[in-house]
Amino acid sequence: MRESRVRRIKALVLKETIQILRDPSTLLITVVLPLMLIVIYGSGVSLDIKHLKVGLVLEDTSPDARDFANSMIHSPFFEVTSAYHRHSMDERLIDGSIAGMIVIPSYYTRAKKTFGKIAPIQLIADGSEANTASFVINYVTGAFANFLIQEALAAGGVGEKPIIEVKPRFWYNEQLESRFYILSGSLAITITLIGAMLTALVVAREWERGTMESLLSTPVTSFELVIGKVIPYFILGMISMALCVAITVFCYGVPFRGSLLLLTLVSAVFLLCSLGLGLMISTIAKSQVLAYQITLMVGFLPAYILSGFLFEILSMPMWIQAITTFIPAKYFVQSLQTLFLVGNVWSLIFYDMAVIALIGSIFFIITALKTARRIP
Amino acid sequence: MSRIFSLIKKELLAAFKDKKIRFSLLLPPIIQFFLFTFAATLDVKNVPIGILNQDHGTKGFELVRRFAGAKTFHRNIYFLQSEKEIASFIDEQKGIMVLSINEHFSRDLLAGKQADLQLIFDGRKSNTAQIVSLYASEIIHQFNVDILTSAGMFVENAAIIPRVWFNPNLYYYWYNIPCLVVVLAMVICLVITTQSIAREREMGTFDQLLVSPLLPFEILVGKVVPGIFVGLFEGLLMLGIGTWILGVPFTGSFFLYTLSLFVFVTSISGVGLFISSLSATQQQAMLGAFVFMLPSILLSGFATPIDNMPKFFQILTYLIPLKYMLIISKGLFLKAMSAKIVFYNLWPLVIISIGNFSGAILLFRNRIQ
Repeated sequence: MRESRVRRIKALVLKETIQILRDPSTLLITVVLPLMLIVIYGSGVSLDIKHLKVGLVLEDTSPDARDFANSMIHSPFFEVTSAYHRHSMDERLIDGSIAGMIVIPSYYTRAKKTFGKIAPIQLIADGSEANTASFVINYVTGAFANFLIQEALAAGGVGEKPIIEVKPRFWYNEQLESRFYILSGSLAITITLIGAMLTALVVAREWERGTMESLLSTPVTSFELVIGKVIPYFILGMISMALCVAITVFCYGVPFRGSLLLLTLVSAVFLLCSLGLGLMISTIAKSQVLAYQITLMVGFLPAYILSGFLFEILSMPMWIQAITTFIPAKYFVQSLQTLFLVGNVWSLIFYDMAVIALIGSIFFIITALKTARRIP
Repeated sequence: MSRIFSLIKKELLAAFKDKKIRFSLLLPPIIQFFLFTFAATLDVKNVPIGILNQDHGTKGFELVRRFAGAKTFHRNIYFLQSEKEIASFIDEQKGIMVLSINEHFSRDLLAGKQADLQLIFDGRKSNTAQIVSLYASEIIHQFNVDILTSAGMFVENAAIIPRVWFNPNLYYYWYNIPCLVVVLAMVICLVITTQSIAREREMGTFDQLLVSPLLPFEILVGKVVPGIFVGLFEGLLMLGIGTWILGVPFTGSFFLYTLSLFVFVTSISGVGLFISSLSATQQQAMLGAFVFMLPSILLSGFATPIDNMPKFFQILTYLIPLKYMLIISKGLFLKAMSAKIVFYNLWPLVIISIGNFSGAILLFRNRIQ
């Protein structure tokens, strides 16, 4: 009995492996897509603001105004286009070629020299790019504040002033490279794609073509069937994961400070959880189009938006924060970012792993129940 | 002509007759729309921070009070007792930042010396950390100015007056909604177009279409109509929800918007045709669509600004239809964009459509002969 079970599972695994190797779309999703994602996330997408395009309108050309203009032009954060009239900048703001404009009005110097008056500099940001707009405001205000302090210190003699010097330190990512955390987090998306989407499509196809029924009519039990599906895709996913980690570390120079064993363990648990999700979806949906749509909805998109790998969960409204509690990718992203950038924070990673395992087993239980009910 | 119409009728029936499919075409985009609108935000609010105050003087206390009073932090401040706690506080992500005030902070300031202040951030989340650091330095800057002013040596006589055009309160969802309308219209149009041919091919009914008197051109037109129809319909539906229910202003011309959306979904269905003409099974078609969709969304300027990308990727974005439509959509929603700028961004879409359709027709021709 036992032996025949092993033999049947072996046969199923073999059948599945042959199917995997025969279909070019498997190669697409396990090699091409992850590589593409890594290149895009590693080289293309960046949240580091280095060249904010701003327009500078100098209605006042006095030395005072020019001093500030120069400090802007020489700043590495800005790419400044200068003009003497503001209407030439309006259109640039509308067509999006600048993110904001700074207007030094004609009465700037006069106001500055008048006692009790505050000379205004107008800063207009393009609110249709909300994130960039707040960066523009914060950076320009900060640059101007520094400029004023420097000016005051220069005017009042050098040094020995009671003033606070801030020493900001960004732990685990001193240069603030956003690709460090984006790349490590994006592995969660890759695994979700292989685990959930590929499996969902493959199993749904078997239901759609009726081959699943023929499999179920053989002596194979539904447990063996699930194992037979899980093993090959598990191996495929782990290979793809290893490939991605290697590229992330060796080609993109993302540090890896945790233990490889722990990473393998977390990844395995998360991959199993995704496989469970894929199996569950396909068992419920039975058609490829539907399975695809559902996987996008409950697998890919949550991994992308609700996992905290790009968008900060704490900033989301409460009801969405509550939803993220049930998203396994959230815990995986946390573990990945920690293992890559910090090291082995045992308490955090074991907690994450436990939650992922719990959610995953729910997926498997539902799948088993749904498949069992179908047999009679 | 009547041939095309009956074909279109057949395609529309095939696309919408299944109740589950109809459901899956309508519901997911709406859920995604709401979820994305409020979740996909790079805003930073309510982030927890830790404060370690080892200074027993008045200045340290005053600074702590300023942090506690700031809108961004006030609800989420943890007080740490010793330096040892900093590491675990950051490591376990209990907070994004620790403000550490050393024991001679007040003494230094009162003695007229420069005082040091340490801010420690969780670099794992560099974007959030960066924004929080800007908030923190604003508070500290104000503190500095007040100290200098009370020392009688600094008068702030100039100021930046920031204003935000097009979105005065800087609501993130005002940015998200014009983008999502277009992104979701693209996704749905692409899914429908790619799967319609692949499905027929997998089932073998595509050959029957080919042996009918229909010309390849007519078959392709019939195949793209449902996708264009649904893309346009859902785009306008979400525009309605966005403006009427969620209150995002629509300042441009509705006619121009509809026209642009039509050109855009047509270009996307061209891409869909091209993908399905290359793939033999539904699975390949869907994964192919995915391989097109993902970089499109990531590089279109929706997730992160195109200006941040390296030159090579910036050039690549010229090939992405979504990029042009995002500019138009944001422009017509928020900026009352003029027809001139709209058309300037629309013609590349026409070129892309023509390219894809002719490519797809050529591929099908080859297959038939």
